[in-house]
Amino acid sequence: MDLLQYDFMMRALAGALIIGIAAPALGIYLVQRRLSLIGDGIGHVALTGVGVGLLFHQSPVLSAVIVSAIGAVGVELVRERGRTSGDLALALLFYGGIAGGVVLVGLSDDSSNANLVQYLFGSLTTTSAEDLLVIGVLGVAVLLAMLLLRPVLFAVSNDEEYARVSGLPVRTLNLLMAVTTAVTVTIAMRTVGLLLISALMVVPVAAAQQVTRGFRTTMATAMAIGVVAAAVGVVVSAEVNTAPGATIVIVALAGFLAFTVGGGIWQRLRRGAARKPAVAAEPPDVVLHG
Amino acid sequence: MSNVIDVRHAAVSYGGRPVLHDVSLAVAGGDVVAILGANGSGKSTLIRAVLGLVPLSGGEIDLFGVPRAKFRNWERVGYVPQRLGAGSGVPATVGEVVASGRLARRGIFRWPGAADKAAVRAALTDVGLETRISDPVATLSGGQQQRTLIARALAGAPDLLILDEPTAGVDADSQEAFAATLTRFQARGGTVLLVAHELGPLEPLIDRAVVVHDGRIAYEGAVPEPAVHHGHAGHDHVHPHAAEERPVICVAPTDRVGN
Repeated sequence: MDLLQYDFMMRALAGALIIGIAAPALGIYLVQRRLSLIGDGIGHVALTGVGVGLLFHQSPVLSAVIVSAIGAVGVELVRERGRTSGDLALALLFYGGIAGGVVLVGLSDDSSNANLVQYLFGSLTTTSAEDLLVIGVLGVAVLLAMLLLRPVLFAVSNDEEYARVSGLPVRTLNLLMAVTTAVTVTIAMRTVGLLLISALMVVPVAAAQQVTRGFRTTMATAMAIGVVAAAVGVVVSAEVNTAPGATIVIVALAGFLAFTVGGGIWQRLRRGAARKPAVAAEPPDVVLHG
Repeated sequence: MSNVIDVRHAAVSYGGRPVLHDVSLAVAGGDVVAILGANGSGKSTLIRAVLGLVPLSGGEIDLFGVPRAKFRNWERVGYVPQRLGAGSGVPATVGEVVASGRLARRGIFRWPGAADKAAVRAALTDVGLETRISDPVATLSGGQQQRTLIARALAGAPDLLILDEPTAGVDADSQEAFAATLTRFQARGGTVLLVAHELGPLEPLIDRAVVVHDGRIAYEGAVPEPAVHHGHAGHDHVHPHAAEERPVICVAPTDRVGN
């Protein structure tokens, strides 16, 4: 625990905790719409934004937010049309995003491989005070939007047509989701990297829903799992000297495994207890021939 | 007084293929109107057009006397889709799904208050599911899920209910619960437009039936008796009396082979 005496570790931990709570709060709506992989795709697009920033000597975080937001809005417009070619259009966008990013980073003055890896897999311990401020402000904004608009976002994610007939501004809400996804991906770029950000949006939700019964409890549980995974991941990675982003994701996946096995055993025990009398009451000749 | 629904010469096409041609339909306040027809006849498209879920390629639709494009009082309309949406892995309780029905009345930025919670509970009591409020919807039977969707529509206290095949594949108990709920809604002065393949226990409620065939209204009047529509080639898929018609359904494929 001595590690937390260092400022850079404190900043790393604070950044990870903010992402740990905000990413699942957003991710639950993506999972509900069966868009679990969208964060991954937006992460690919964000790399082009990083390349643009490095090439023009601007803040890569800012350019990544802008480019990935444009990408996310594009994805939403394709999805809205509901064409079968949407799937292919998304693939083209994602591969274009990552290839464009690699090429642009290569063209920039700051073209070391280490730099690319830092954006792809995160570089938590280099979080500066300024970075932390950006992560904090944007992370809290995402979190508040997801929590305060929960009834509306739940309705739109659960049944878009019904939401439309309720007079909700469905398109505006979908675009809001697209932009907040892009923002979350970009601020999490530091913590877990563009290739692993989707895991922090999705894995805590997947873990939580193994044991919960309602949407609200799933959201709260997923946020708790996200925070715990982030904290444990940062501390473990510092102790055993592993990459923090990947360690956080491994911890979250371990949580998923534990919840799945634990939930399965719990349900079997409950069902077993409930079934016993029914089995005794069943007539012996249920298996009939013909 | 203007009609609750006024469809005038409506036409709808999907990707250039016409699905509804020149359909006119008026539903007055307090009416219970059933739209009958075969699969693919355009009956679901008609109500989707009324709800604004599909664009018109011609004609006009008014809701409560207001052109659909300018209509904003969506809290007056309760929509009951054919089945529960997406059904993703994220669990949701019956109460949470029904609470969505309050949004049209409450707006986006207000959080649910005591009145909203009371309305959710009252709507669930109306459909006989008040004890299931905290259960995940995925654990309910198909009929109970359908009743959950009716409760969601009722929670917003609408004046008009629009239902898409509410009784399709629903168990007898749920069909009876459905009929009772709609009877109470009508007694409160509510207007109902429903699409059905079979009416079953809903039949005594229906004031007027509209048969859609091949994108046009082929019949409008009292619920057609089996004898009437048997004599009419276009209506062979309408089964208001399922029990009596079962033998007919069995022999139908043989007929088709013969033709």
